[in-house]
Amino acid sequence: MAKLMKARTGGMALLALVMAVSPLGFANAYYYDVAVGALFNAMICVGLNLLIGYGGQISLGHGAFFALGAYASAIGTSRWGLPPLAALAGGGALVGLLAFALARPILRLKGHYLAMATLGVGMIIYIVLKTEAQWTGGPDGVGVDPLTLAGFTLATDRQWYWLGAGLLLLVVWLALNLVESPVGRALRAGHGAQVGAEVVGVDTSHYKVLMFVVSAVVASVVGSLFAHKNGFITPDIAGFHHSIELVTMVVLGGMASIFGSVLGALLLTVLPQMLAGFDDYEAMIFGAIMMGTMIFLPKGLLPSLIALIRKKRGAKP
Amino acid sequence: MSLLRVQSLSKEFGGVHAIEDLSFSVAAGTIHSIIGPNGAGKTTLFNLITGIYTPSAGMVEFDGRPIGGVAPSRLAALGLSRTFQNLQVFFNMTAIENVMVGAHLHLDRRFWPSLLRLPGSVRRDRACRDHCARLMDFVGLGAYVDAEASAMPYGALKRLEIARALAAKPKLLLLDEPAAGLNATESREIDQVIKKVAADGVTVVLVEHDMKMVMGISDHILALDYGRKLAEGTPAQVRANPDVVAAYLGAHS
Repeated sequence: MAKLMKARTGGMALLALVMAVSPLGFANAYYYDVAVGALFNAMICVGLNLLIGYGGQISLGHGAFFALGAYASAIGTSRWGLPPLAALAGGGALVGLLAFALARPILRLKGHYLAMATLGVGMIIYIVLKTEAQWTGGPDGVGVDPLTLAGFTLATDRQWYWLGAGLLLLVVWLALNLVESPVGRALRAGHGAQVGAEVVGVDTSHYKVLMFVVSAVVASVVGSLFAHKNGFITPDIAGFHHSIELVTMVVLGGMASIFGSVLGALLLTVLPQMLAGFDDYEAMIFGAIMMGTMIFLPKGLLPSLIALIRKKRGAKP
Repeated sequence: MSLLRVQSLSKEFGGVHAIEDLSFSVAAGTIHSIIGPNGAGKTTLFNLITGIYTPSAGMVEFDGRPIGGVAPSRLAALGLSRTFQNLQVFFNMTAIENVMVGAHLHLDRRFWPSLLRLPGSVRRDRACRDHCARLMDFVGLGAYVDAEASAMPYGALKRLEIARALAAKPKLLLLDEPAAGLNATESREIDQVIKKVAADGVTVVLVEHDMKMVMGISDHILALDYGRKLAEGTPAQVRANPDVVAAYLGAHS
């Protein structure tokens, strides 16, 4: 019981429970479709939070890494006839290499300049995907076959949901491991006080580069899955909007909070669907909710809620 | 044998000589204090020794090898560790995690074992946690082990930095004004901590304004003024030096 109260085990158990029970409330395939989108976003955001929340480095280019993974799977499977897993792994490896090559010069920048540089990288990738039509199908997009693993084809949104749920648990577990390890502490230390970390032997830029690569690879792998699930992709997924959306999920859910990222991704994926009934006012209400959250819960949803609960509990005895 | 040797060291900032032609050495196993009025170049000297600044001229030698201009993150591996006058605490972490970062070089820092939480790696991390908790006890922070660093008082943070520096298992520990901003009781506690550290065989170089502390615990004192050496010797010798008295109290012409 005491173990369940710990953020790690308790959080994972709660997440597993919520994901297992949620389908009971899903009335039709559309619910599954939205839920899979939320799971995909949650995976990317957990990775991205390692970079942004724990490492203190912003990136406005992760939508593009997602898109590169998606296109790697599309081109790899339909054009070259690669097995889906090979295309997914190849895309991840390529994106990892690209992120590694970009990271050293880019992560030397700070604040606004870092945001600008990652934004630039994203835009270049977007333009390449849009204009290299002989490879990517250009602005019209390209079709992708469904995902087939060991002879089994994932055909329905329900099957995708369970795959996504399992993978999200895995990603959360890995991220928690990393954060609590010497690697994660070194990363957080570099964000907390760079000089203080350097003098005890932490090569702070090494850990920033590492996390840039890790988060980019996660985005790429999820991009590959998205391509197979959606069956059709366009260059728009590499766009500026998508990258901003991902960062917003991380910030809203809570910086340096793994479960916060899951919550942020869930809310920002599901909320627009729930607000669809308000027609023209949808965007306005959505914006107001986000503004209110950031004004009243500036640390993000989950960290603020936890702090609130602790305060109440602390006040009692 | 001298553990640290500084020879003809100079540092210029746009024509201003923060450190000028300074030479001294620190014998292993001693407590060595550096004193001087504000702006004498004490912290600049620390930053030169610990690789945060690159010397304009001259040489710094640690444990027999030149270290001028070597990156700070490489110096820790050689056995050099320090604290800061203006805190460099990781406020986004707990107190014990701060200390554990100090032990970074003694842990399994490989990516895959960390990611997969391999048992060997976790075991070493647990052992490190226990060791760091003992270090916190050692500096008198036993009550703060699981506290958030951001919720700790100033005096405790000063000691937290000492514990973090010790976790790196240094041969030489540089303390930049460990007693600044502390009350008399806290200062005496720091006194005891420094003495215990030195007794464990760690060589200590100390920058401090608290003269009672400096005179009480130092084996050797170096007095600086305007980046130059003013006097050097045992506490008694330095205290009696007319130049030092003049620099601190103002000279009678």
